[in-house]
Amino acid sequence: MKRLMTEMAMVLGALVYAAHGAGPAAAETFITVASTTSTQNSGLYDYILPRFTTKTGITVRVIAVGTGQAVRLARNGDADVLFVHHKASEEKFVADGFGIRRFDVMVNDFVLLGPESDPAVVGGEEDIAEALSKIAGAKAAFASRGDDSGTHKKELFLWKASGADPKAASGSWYRETGAGMGATLNTASAMNAYVLTDRATWLKFSNKGALKILVEGDKRLFNHYGIILVNPKRHPHVKVKEAQAFIDWVLGAEGQAAIGAYRIEGRQAFFPNAGR
Amino acid sequence: MTDFSDAFGAALGLVLGFDADLAEIVGLSLRVSFLAVAIATAVGLPVGAAIALYRFPGRAALLVAMNALMGLPPVVVGLIVYLTLSRAGPLGVFGLLFTPAAMIFAQMLLVTPIIAALTRQVIEDLWVEYEEQLRSLGAGPGRAVPALLWDGRYSLLTAVLAGFGRASAEVGAVMIVGGNIDHVTRVMTTAIALEVSKGDLALALGLGIVLMALSLGVNGAAFALKEAAERRLG
Repeated sequence: MKRLMTEMAMVLGALVYAAHGAGPAAAETFITVASTTSTQNSGLYDYILPRFTTKTGITVRVIAVGTGQAVRLARNGDADVLFVHHKASEEKFVADGFGIRRFDVMVNDFVLLGPESDPAVVGGEEDIAEALSKIAGAKAAFASRGDDSGTHKKELFLWKASGADPKAASGSWYRETGAGMGATLNTASAMNAYVLTDRATWLKFSNKGALKILVEGDKRLFNHYGIILVNPKRHPHVKVKEAQAFIDWVLGAEGQAAIGAYRIEGRQAFFPNAGR
Repeated sequence: MTDFSDAFGAALGLVLGFDADLAEIVGLSLRVSFLAVAIATAVGLPVGAAIALYRFPGRAALLVAMNALMGLPPVVVGLIVYLTLSRAGPLGVFGLLFTPAAMIFAQMLLVTPIIAALTRQVIEDLWVEYEEQLRSLGAGPGRAVPALLWDGRYSLLTAVLAGFGRASAEVGAVMIVGGNIDHVTRVMTTAIALEVSKGDLALALGLGIVLMALSLGVNGAAFALKEAAERRLG
């Protein structure tokens, strides 16, 4: 019995020691950025963040979730910086006093994907609203994020412009996955559905299946990314100095050049537009 | 379906290439789950044994509740821990959200009921068998607890392994409270979820194969330990 106790104590001691290494590194300076899956899945952060860290010694911890969830994280004070893509939500975030000020960072665009067979015949359509209304008319399968993300909000805005009411068809041809961009693309690819995605995620996506870009270029498909410092008056623990250094870098010449230089398969994925 | 063959290729490549990032992710997965299970064991064994041996009002309800808690949805636990550790929550001041400590805490909540409920069953069965003998030796429930825990150690090992299986396999809780931050809180299951979201199904499945191999290793080690102990102690 006594030996068992000693052994158990030793095992516990070893575990506590092991867990010590699992704790956050104390000496490291870091900030937390609430952001979107599109910026992470596209590989942009892997490309630009090491440059910032090398220069300043500040590590950036990215929580990549949908824009809706990212805004909630920042509202709760669980991030120092909000870096997302839905201007209206961002402006509301600032107006409600949770953020200091919103700055434009970059743009890219959304594209409408669909199966090569294109049952609703929208390929080459220049008007995105017209394309959506054709999909609704043909009752062709459409996969929606349905998760309150920036892409989802954009999609709902475009449906409104089309005059169709997809919500009424939820569960039949209009399928809300309630999931991230990647999961929704996997679903769309598996059931040959139409789907709206940002271009960068699509370029980087591996499981393309029979999907291809059918509609692009409509200026309503532009996708604006903004960056906001979380208000330290609301959340005093916000690392203002480090977070501001990150925002300054992203908006400055170096960060903007890094964003513009990022390529996916030889193509520019994001177009910097700070201060423009 | 070339994804399956690609997955095995990816798994083999990951292991043979000894990818440094993978080693980091595997290490964190093991540390988080081991520690969560260790704490859950330290709590679950005595609690389970006590419920097995003592009779008190509301015991039946507690039993049912404990058994039901074995099916706690990880995503719900994640949400509860998030709301608790968020800066806007009651324990927000400690800044534990998005750290391995938060993940350990969440997994501990998931695993403790499993270990406690299974311990309760094991000890109760042993108590039925040995009650008379123990009482004749002057050992009531209180004195019997260590003896019964010792006697049931091999069955209890299975209970602990069930807890470890739960902890190492869940993704819902660690995704929410850890945030899947590269080099900080990324573990095997959240890495798999990330690769799925990038559409790299072969790599995701390859990581899955590595995770299952790890689980096999842990269970194999436990089995070998048990065999050795049985031979030594009889």
